[in-house]
Amino acid sequence: MRVHAAVYARGLHRHSTYRAALVAGALTNSVFGAINAMVLLAVFAARPRISGYDAGDAVTQVFVGQALIAVTLIVNTAPSLDLAERVRTGDVATDLLRPVSLLGWWLAQDLGRATFTFFFRGVPTFCVGLLLFDVVLPGGPVHAVLVLASFALAAVVGFALRYLYSLSGFWLLDTRGLWTVAGLVGPVVSGMLLPLALFPSVLADVLRLLPWASMVQIPAEILLGKDTLPGGSVFGALLLQAAWAAALLALGAWATGRATRKVVIQGG
Amino acid sequence: MADGNTPPGGPARAAAAVLRPVRDYRRLAWIWVRAVAQYPVSLALMSLAVAVSVLAQVGAVVIVFGHAGTLAGFTVYEGLMVFGLAASAFGIADMFMGAVERLGRHIRSGSLDAMLVRPVSPLVQVAADEFSPRRLGKVVPALAVLGIALAGTDVEWTLGRALLLPLMMLSGVLICCAIWVATGCLQFFVADAREAANSLTYGGQALTEYPIAIYGREIVRSVTYVVPLAFVSWQPALLVLDRPDPLGMPEALRFAGPVIAVLACAGAALLWRFGLRHYRSTGS
Repeated sequence: MRVHAAVYARGLHRHSTYRAALVAGALTNSVFGAINAMVLLAVFAARPRISGYDAGDAVTQVFVGQALIAVTLIVNTAPSLDLAERVRTGDVATDLLRPVSLLGWWLAQDLGRATFTFFFRGVPTFCVGLLLFDVVLPGGPVHAVLVLASFALAAVVGFALRYLYSLSGFWLLDTRGLWTVAGLVGPVVSGMLLPLALFPSVLADVLRLLPWASMVQIPAEILLGKDTLPGGSVFGALLLQAAWAAALLALGAWATGRATRKVVIQGG
Repeated sequence: MADGNTPPGGPARAAAAVLRPVRDYRRLAWIWVRAVAQYPVSLALMSLAVAVSVLAQVGAVVIVFGHAGTLAGFTVYEGLMVFGLAASAFGIADMFMGAVERLGRHIRSGSLDAMLVRPVSPLVQVAADEFSPRRLGKVVPALAVLGIALAGTDVEWTLGRALLLPLMMLSGVLICCAIWVATGCLQFFVADAREAANSLTYGGQALTEYPIAIYGREIVRSVTYVVPLAFVSWQPALLVLDRPDPLGMPEALRFAGPVIAVLACAGAALLWRFGLRHYRSTGS
């Protein structure tokens, strides 16, 4: 555990170096948030209520999505976990020599990164949303803790998916196609492009149950306290997120075992 | 010059000076196309993925109009026309000039230094770097959507309108190229700032995919007079539909696209020169 804490801290520290990129990223997320929010405001001006959502709900979801973009890296069409490149170059051999599991090492490092970007890029983006639009805030300290827990689970699900994409490099020669597909499909099915509430309800109900929704739609609905949540309550929703996180991490651990039995490291 | 008969300073020579960067670009791009073609499955998958994502965005536009009925007085087909104009212009510009956004990487790795000593314009080299035909996956569906939308809307086609539309589309592409180059230049000064440029390039695309009157007067003014995004999809749409400007802006603006495009390209070229002069190699 101490190793993981140290790796987590290094991951956090490492990303504090790129300050200009942080400001640029928060600016871009805010601009996209504002554009999406204004389109949705125009829609809700014509129809004030769509499947239980009003204008404030939609705008809030937009800024939850933008604040979590850098945490879950859901829109990246290029490999967004260094592990992917290390599998391609063979540097992963060094990672495999370490006396800690590959999954645990990268999870700790990536959560460090996610924590840092959440507070220094996600929170400022959300604040821009608060300044410009009627964004909904948690109802009290307990609600706020539940929302933060949901965001943390979103970060784990985001990592677990990217870990699986990276490991696919052990079987595919060129994983760029897979990353592109993931980065293009993810925002649509997660509720980032449009809140799932605007989709046809059958489609929305199916998408809510997939892991991608756990990175935008579910956290947003937890913040908004919607009864469309899986299980009808915040706890049901958190359980769904936790279940996806656990299932995807387990799949990652299993795939790591398969990959390490398969890998042949050249030279010495 | 291969042609020894060309008199120095003649019009042929001027034409050659203009066409040379185009020829260089074509050659460099062709090399990348051949390189990418070595992985045909990956290329096909990526093009397909991009095409599917364009269709998903079209789906989003249809859903939005389905709920709202009309936006800024535009019906769903008219809205799809705006989307098609914006997505095709940005898609074509992205294909040819999008690589400029990786300028910061060339500066950090030192590959810009290598480009500076070659006898080809550095802008051409940066822009043609990693040219990929997969971007057609975006352009082709966008043009198809535009075609379907034009067929579905009630446009009174006159010869003038039929000739002006391609001209306005070309202007839109040039404006998008200018925005890509101008925002890329920021990385001469702040190498990490790549993502800030995205707020104008991809953000500009997101903004112009809808009839921009929905954003209100202030934003429409700034994307008309400051960053000329209004000339990519909004003004051409007003021109084709022969519709009065809902915000009461001058009607002459819808014919201004080509002039704005030339000005935008000149501005971007000046910024590039200024940035390149400012560039100091990190050394070895």
